[in-house]
Amino acid sequence: MTDQAFHRSQSEMLGERPPPANSVGVIGWMRRNLFSSATNTLVTILSLVLLWWIVPPLFNWVFFDASYSGSVGADCVGHGACWAWLDQRIDQFLYGFYPPESYWRVNLSVILLVPALAFVLFDRLPGAKYGRWYSLAYPFIAAILLVGGFGLEGVTTDKFGGFMLNLVAGVAGIALSLPIGILLALGRRSKLPLIRWLSVGFIEFIRGVPLITLLFVAVIILQLFLPSEVSLDQLLRVMIMITLFASGYMAEVIRGGLQAIPKGQYEAAEAMGLRYWQSMRLIILPQALKISIPGIVNTFIGLFKDTTLLIIIGLFDILGQARLLQTNQDWIGKVDHETFLLAALFFFVICFSMSRYSLKLEKRLDTTRR
Amino acid sequence: MTAGSMGDISRLWRDERSRGVIFQLMLVLGLALFIAFIVSNTIANLQSANLASGYKFLKDTASFDINQRLIEYSSTSTYRRALVVGGLNTILVAALGIAMATLLGFVAGVLRLSPNFLINRIVGIYIEVTRNVPVLLQIIFWWVILLALPKVRESLKIGDTIFLNNSGISTPAPVFLEGFSFVLIALAVGLLGTFVIARWSRSRQAATGQTFSVGWTSLTLIVGLPLVTFFAAGQPLDWNVPVANRFGRLRGGVSITPELIALWLALSVYTGAFIAEIVRAGIQSVSKGQTEAASALGLPRGLTMRKIVLPQALRVIIPPLTSQYLNLTKNSSLAVAIGYQDIVSIGDTVLNQSGQALEVISIFMGFYLTLSIVTSLFMNWYNKRIALVER
Repeated sequence: MTDQAFHRSQSEMLGERPPPANSVGVIGWMRRNLFSSATNTLVTILSLVLLWWIVPPLFNWVFFDASYSGSVGADCVGHGACWAWLDQRIDQFLYGFYPPESYWRVNLSVILLVPALAFVLFDRLPGAKYGRWYSLAYPFIAAILLVGGFGLEGVTTDKFGGFMLNLVAGVAGIALSLPIGILLALGRRSKLPLIRWLSVGFIEFIRGVPLITLLFVAVIILQLFLPSEVSLDQLLRVMIMITLFASGYMAEVIRGGLQAIPKGQYEAAEAMGLRYWQSMRLIILPQALKISIPGIVNTFIGLFKDTTLLIIIGLFDILGQARLLQTNQDWIGKVDHETFLLAALFFFVICFSMSRYSLKLEKRLDTTRR
Repeated sequence: MTAGSMGDISRLWRDERSRGVIFQLMLVLGLALFIAFIVSNTIANLQSANLASGYKFLKDTASFDINQRLIEYSSTSTYRRALVVGGLNTILVAALGIAMATLLGFVAGVLRLSPNFLINRIVGIYIEVTRNVPVLLQIIFWWVILLALPKVRESLKIGDTIFLNNSGISTPAPVFLEGFSFVLIALAVGLLGTFVIARWSRSRQAATGQTFSVGWTSLTLIVGLPLVTFFAAGQPLDWNVPVANRFGRLRGGVSITPELIALWLALSVYTGAFIAEIVRAGIQSVSKGQTEAASALGLPRGLTMRKIVLPQALRVIIPPLTSQYLNLTKNSSLAVAIGYQDIVSIGDTVLNQSGQALEVISIFMGFYLTLSIVTSLFMNWYNKRIALVER
């Protein structure tokens, strides 16, 4: 009887009670992330002040106070941005001096680029086997489309300009540097000393000098190296140098991939009686290239940004077009920030999405568990 | 006879070692032919253009002006002198940029890991925007902004001593009077004393476990001692303040060109974003168990960061940090786009005046290669010193 007085039995579970109101929902989130301590609160307040100080004026300048119509800079009145130049100049920003009736050729080569890239970057696409061949053929298709030939009217490369020039130089540089980079990376890991030394020397030289000095070589010196009766197109010379530059960086990325392949793979290939090139082509490179893709994408982002250097050697890429408009009599002093903003936006959209892609890939390839 | 030699050759080809030798010989031969082709073309082209080769032109008079210079230079100086001025200017902007980018990068990298949602996102936006916009665009952008500042006559003033205008910033310049050398000596003594005390305290702590507050002592030695000497020597320092004369021109002080500021800002903001990501990744690479173990041992948070997390994070941070420093130095060559007189930009002028393209470009490349090699040697040494010693 006394036992029963002390024991109160509870046969059913108590119902769940909701968590305290200040630890869930918006308020809970704010308490955890913004006001968890005195310092945290101070940082939050300072950040809010900073945002208040930057964001509304920026939006007012870009959108609300901006002038959108007019034919010369003087038509832009008010405090906001001047976007009146867009409708007459956007074509030059995109296509440079390419003949307007042939813009479709540029557009078509950009559209054709999308599947060519997709087959390289994503596996498990339908028809991937033939797709790879298409990707290999793409540079030639694009070259014919852009320069002409096979019934298309010829366009000289000095007409190339604007964002299209950045794309052409970047894509060509990366596509051509990949095979050279693979050879250099294999050379650097070769057992043959002369080949190894030559590869190391070339890679370290390329990585040790700024791109601009190589572009100077392309513009000023390359002609000296060739017989006087041969004259190479300026853009072609520049692209040779960009390709060599990119292949030095590419080689290091691929070497990283090669080093990540366990030694057992090499030994197994040897045990199967495969020769050097066979084992590379069938066993090592497919694995090494796959894990190098994030690095290759990062190299591409760097190279793509570096194509703006073309302005220094007198080619009118998108930055060159911006400078051209800024110093134009009709627009001088009115469009400095606007043209930079537009050019920056183009680069940002492409580079940012590529870097997100490579980040995603890195996460997928990272098999270590945390 | 022929069949036998054919057999020999095929045996040679089948043997891996001899095949390697043959392959390398072929490569060297091909390369030699290629180089001979280039050299003969170059000689022929130089002869037909009537250009002398060699570095003798370096002794000729440069006859152009350089307004941004760290050493004495005038238009009667030689080309060699001009290139040295340019090289020093490259080193100047690279050193300034590296210091600023490191500071910016470490602050941004730590803030990126802040538990505060807002600051975390703001820093994230800074990093993504600057990383994904070409650095040349950023350099020209800052330059155009600085050139749009008011004219000299209508300079923006900060307390009548610092002037901001479209030809740069003018700030007071320090003038060292007699007796300032004592302050420098005091500083040297302070640094030496700190070094000795730090070593002594480390060995004492290892032997007895007793700690000694090196931080305060060194602060007193490094800051206090020179300060006391400074006042004891009768404040041997004067400021040369820029003054506007009646035509609005500024006299005196130091003026920093907009080109230098633009290049410095753009390079450090751009590289700072990359360094921030490196720092973040480095700190995240230290496993949580380390921090937890440190707090289980009763180490305070600051000590945990200094003694446990940072030394391990630095091992991950240093190698990519080195390549960022090298990138910044190489990117400083973009100065040529805005006319900051670094080695490439001065070299370009020299090249156009003298026509010695091969020689000038070989000087550029030699300069950058030397800088790269020196930096990576130093960083390799440092990296080896802090590397984890296993078994």
